[in-house]
Amino acid sequence: MGFHLAEKIKQCYNALHNATPKQKVVGTVLLLAALETVFLFFHDSAVFWILAYGLVTLALIFLVLANIIKKSLAAFFFVVPALAIFSIFYIYPFFKVLQLSQHAWDGISPKMVFVGLSNFVEIMKDKIWWVSMRNAGYITLIALTFQNALALALALACDRQIRAKNFYRVIFFIPPVLSEVVVGLIWRWIYDGDYGFLNYTLNLLGLHQLTHNWLSDPNTALTCVAIIHSWKGFGWGFMILLAGLQTIPKELYEAARVDGANVWQSFKNVTIPLMIPVFVLVMILTILGSMQAFVLILSMTGGGPGYHTEVPVTRILASMQGSSMFGYACAQGLTFGVILMMVSFAQMGISRKLKQA
Amino acid sequence: MMNRSGIFKKTLSSLPLFLLFAGCWLLAAVFMNGCGTQGAQAPQAQAAGKKIIIWHWMTDREEAFQELAKRYEAKTGVKVVLELYAPSDAYSQKVRAAAQARALPDIYGLLGEKRDFAAFIKAGHVANLTGAMEAQGAAWKNLLYEKALAVNEFKADNPYGVEPGIYGVPIDVMNIQMVYNKKLFQKAGLDPERPPKDWAEFVADCQKLKEAGIQGLVSGWGEIWMIDCLASNFAFNIMGPEKVLATIRGEVPYTDPDWVKVFSLFKEMADRGMLASGIVTMVNKSAEQNFANERSAFAFNGSWCVNVYHGMNPSLEYGVMLPPKVNLKNPMYIWGGAGSSLLVNDRSLVKEEAIAFLKWLTATEQQAYLSETTRNLPSNRKVSGSIPAILADFSKGMDNVTHPNIWPVNELPKVIERFDKGIQSIIIGEKTPEGLAEELAKLKAEEMAKKGNQ
Amino acid sequence: MRLNKYTLTQHASGFLINVFLIIVSLTCVFPLLWMFGSSLKTQSTIFSDMSIIPGAMHWENFYLAWTKGGFGVYFLNSLFYTTIVVFGIVMVSSLAAYAFSRMNFPGKNLLFFMFLAAMMIPLPGSFVPLYVLVNNVRNVLLNAMAASTPFLLKVLPENFVYGTTSFIESQFYPRTAYILCMINVGLSFSIYMLKTFFDRMPKELEDAARIDGCSRLGIWRHVALPLAKPAIAVIIIYNALNVWNEYILANLILSSKNLMPLQRGLMVFQGEHITQYPLLMAGMTITVVPILIIYLVMQRFIIKGITAGAVVG
Repeated sequence: MGFHLAEKIKQCYNALHNATPKQKVVGTVLLLAALETVFLFFHDSAVFWILAYGLVTLALIFLVLANIIKKSLAAFFFVVPALAIFSIFYIYPFFKVLQLSQHAWDGISPKMVFVGLSNFVEIMKDKIWWVSMRNAGYITLIALTFQNALALALALACDRQIRAKNFYRVIFFIPPVLSEVVVGLIWRWIYDGDYGFLNYTLNLLGLHQLTHNWLSDPNTALTCVAIIHSWKGFGWGFMILLAGLQTIPKELYEAARVDGANVWQSFKNVTIPLMIPVFVLVMILTILGSMQAFVLILSMTGGGPGYHTEVPVTRILASMQGSSMFGYACAQGLTFGVILMMVSFAQMGISRKLKQA
Repeated sequence: MMNRSGIFKKTLSSLPLFLLFAGCWLLAAVFMNGCGTQGAQAPQAQAAGKKIIIWHWMTDREEAFQELAKRYEAKTGVKVVLELYAPSDAYSQKVRAAAQARALPDIYGLLGEKRDFAAFIKAGHVANLTGAMEAQGAAWKNLLYEKALAVNEFKADNPYGVEPGIYGVPIDVMNIQMVYNKKLFQKAGLDPERPPKDWAEFVADCQKLKEAGIQGLVSGWGEIWMIDCLASNFAFNIMGPEKVLATIRGEVPYTDPDWVKVFSLFKEMADRGMLASGIVTMVNKSAEQNFANERSAFAFNGSWCVNVYHGMNPSLEYGVMLPPKVNLKNPMYIWGGAGSSLLVNDRSLVKEEAIAFLKWLTATEQQAYLSETTRNLPSNRKVSGSIPAILADFSKGMDNVTHPNIWPVNELPKVIERFDKGIQSIIIGEKTPEGLAEELAKLKAEEMAKKGNQ
Repeated sequence: MRLNKYTLTQHASGFLINVFLIIVSLTCVFPLLWMFGSSLKTQSTIFSDMSIIPGAMHWENFYLAWTKGGFGVYFLNSLFYTTIVVFGIVMVSSLAAYAFSRMNFPGKNLLFFMFLAAMMIPLPGSFVPLYVLVNNVRNVLLNAMAASTPFLLKVLPENFVYGTTSFIESQFYPRTAYILCMINVGLSFSIYMLKTFFDRMPKELEDAARIDGCSRLGIWRHVALPLAKPAIAVIIIYNALNVWNEYILANLILSSKNLMPLQRGLMVFQGEHITQYPLLMAGMTITVVPILIIYLVMQRFIIKGITAGAVVG
């Protein structure tokens, strides 16, 4: 019996392991469809929780057994602490949000109305949601280019032997540690229409026609917010890129110089290839950070004027707090998460292809 | 260099460090326990006297509350433990989460709209205080402003299906009006004792101010509820309460000329340059800085501003006025009522004691103390005398007060949001009053249909 | 003195780089100076007097902020949470990241994918289930303790039993729950970040250690961790800042003032309507200092990666 079980698990694991990416995607979709069917019948009852937790428990048992059979239990134990904390503090909230996303619920009353997938259908039709998505995309685009270029330039400069680089390294870390309150106060003052620093400078330069109220003009509000966001965030990119640059063995550069490479060639042939994983890391973190940024936006413009600086997270908060549409907010969160996942994994896939090429 | 990296290796990897952290745990825990009040004495505390736990979000009043709690304990032996959770968003989340876990404290406040309040009552989280209020010839009820109680009251035919009664105790009152800067008035050649009474005067005064290089109205219209507030004031004045409520019920469309007129007022203010620059994205705290630093002549703000302006610019000379009337035949309505209210948890084990404490808190002496130390309008109508003059001026507006929370029906959240954001768009010139009216009428019809289906 | 073309371009580019760095630095330093300057002003001068260093310096703001904000206890609490959480995250995430990077075991890809996904999906309503979870476990714990008390009383002194139970209830449990929550918050990012750096590291040294008879745990501890110092330093800084500035979860999970972290002290100055700006700025200056110190200490390790490279090369 025991032998049979072991054989079965081995077969099962091998089948899963050797599945093509296409099969994996189809399998995941089928699994989700099955879960949704369960939902349709047992959305409110204990059956849902028993099934959900049963599934997780079974998957964990399967993993442990597979690891025993493959004699890799020692390696598996390395991830057990992380897995334990994760399954306590993430899995339950996740299932709860998944459950709520299919209900109309105000966040308070004991009564929830099951509405199936109609929250998601509603999101598809919600124009403002997609406007907010586009705004977040715009902020992300600016962050990816402007912020990352700045971070890379500064990291490269500090990686070289320049004077006082220790000093600069400390300075560049100041924006990330500053509180949003201070950042908001300062930048509101810079952008102010009457007493603002920016308009003052423009007047000094004789560019009177350019002066206006930067944050309440729909043409400039989003860009202004994006610039503050990039300014506040470039310190992290700088730090990670610098850590990446510093872990490139210096001998490689020396070898390149001996071979007669100039600065640009050694940058292209030594730095770039070794830095690609770090670039990907920084890009993914930038995407996630910029798409989910909202504290600064709330304190600078409150999403206004109109809907010009609304982003998905402010929309989620609006549905949750302003409108008491808790279920809808959960559905928005999941939709947003799936989109972020697709973007991030596409990004990782592309860079993997680039690396192989 | 090798030496330093060796140290790092050791610190990260060695067991002693772990023990150090364990020690840190114990040490910190023992130390904190020494400071703590709840810790070791808990079993004895239960034996000695009752304990009421209060959650609140009113940072400005924490000190005064602590002092009152001390006095109450000295007087009755009942210990009052106050826990402040700020800012209000975080507080709201905590209360909602605690409601789900049925772990609410004995007394708490609820930030939200009437339907949230109703949902809490229906879930059994709020005690009905009608009995206590009506006891002894309604002594407690009569002590408090009627308009403040109304916010916490559910009438017999309320649309939420809540058992009628009073469910909360107001601890202060507030209203939202306009203030004007007397010095800037003088500078522009206007009479500082004669603020504009109607729309035409308001427009004319703003024109004069503008000629003197002074900005007109400032307000925190980046927070959309403040736009909602002024627009609703104008709507009540122009068409009267009945028609506004009929619109909310879906009987009058937003394309009605009266509504278009309301929207046009904002367009007029924007077109004539009567608004402070950047008003559409301004948070109220910035607007308050702007007015306190004498950069604008008018501000639309709540009675709490007295305390704010006092802190920022003690020498500011300003007066209170109602927003200018558009329709001279109708009265001007403003928003107001209870500023903050406290509720008693229906599941509390010390319900009676909690109610007794709130009764004590709203008694004249305590209300006078709170009003004096925190510069808020007291909810107790017997308090007078010690209130600053400007605050007393604010309190005169209480007669004109209304509030969404006392209306029999409320507008749908999505419509409110589109309404307020639409006015922002009108101010920046992206939409016309007629365009917004049509958009709202369409959205309202859609949402009503959706509501009907459910 | 004659300058050849090479040194000229060298100087010019050095000059340009420095100008660039100085401009960026100025934009970074200004807010910090403004914050510090504002902390010396009064509520009425803070927005009217725009000078960085005010004429009349109100140093007492720092004293007032410390005492009014009740910073003493909060400061110790924050120090406590930050050290434990950061230590926990570094341990747990580096173990997991090392396994994901260097070992093969069933479920590896799936689990890594799961951690990545967790980083990407925001759970807007997650505070409700989190609170319910923490509260329910607390109730179970309390019931278990209440049930076991009669037996414990027979073998242990009364004071000790009551002292311990109330200690667990009011101190140990809420702190542990908060710490674990915070570890979970920083876990995904840290695992992803560390895996990226482990992947880039040469394997030769580990192979050598394995031949020498080092266990897997030994290799992780003595080879992988020291090599990943720069990445670990970044993780420490990132998570320390995160925990230090956190207050939403603390508000949610902790139920008593004496358990609260530093941000709770700052909230005192940001009322519903009134913000006491000078005290707030003074409080913020106080809270920023430890983070800058952590950064100053840690950024040396970001640089010290050179030696690791030298060893490997």
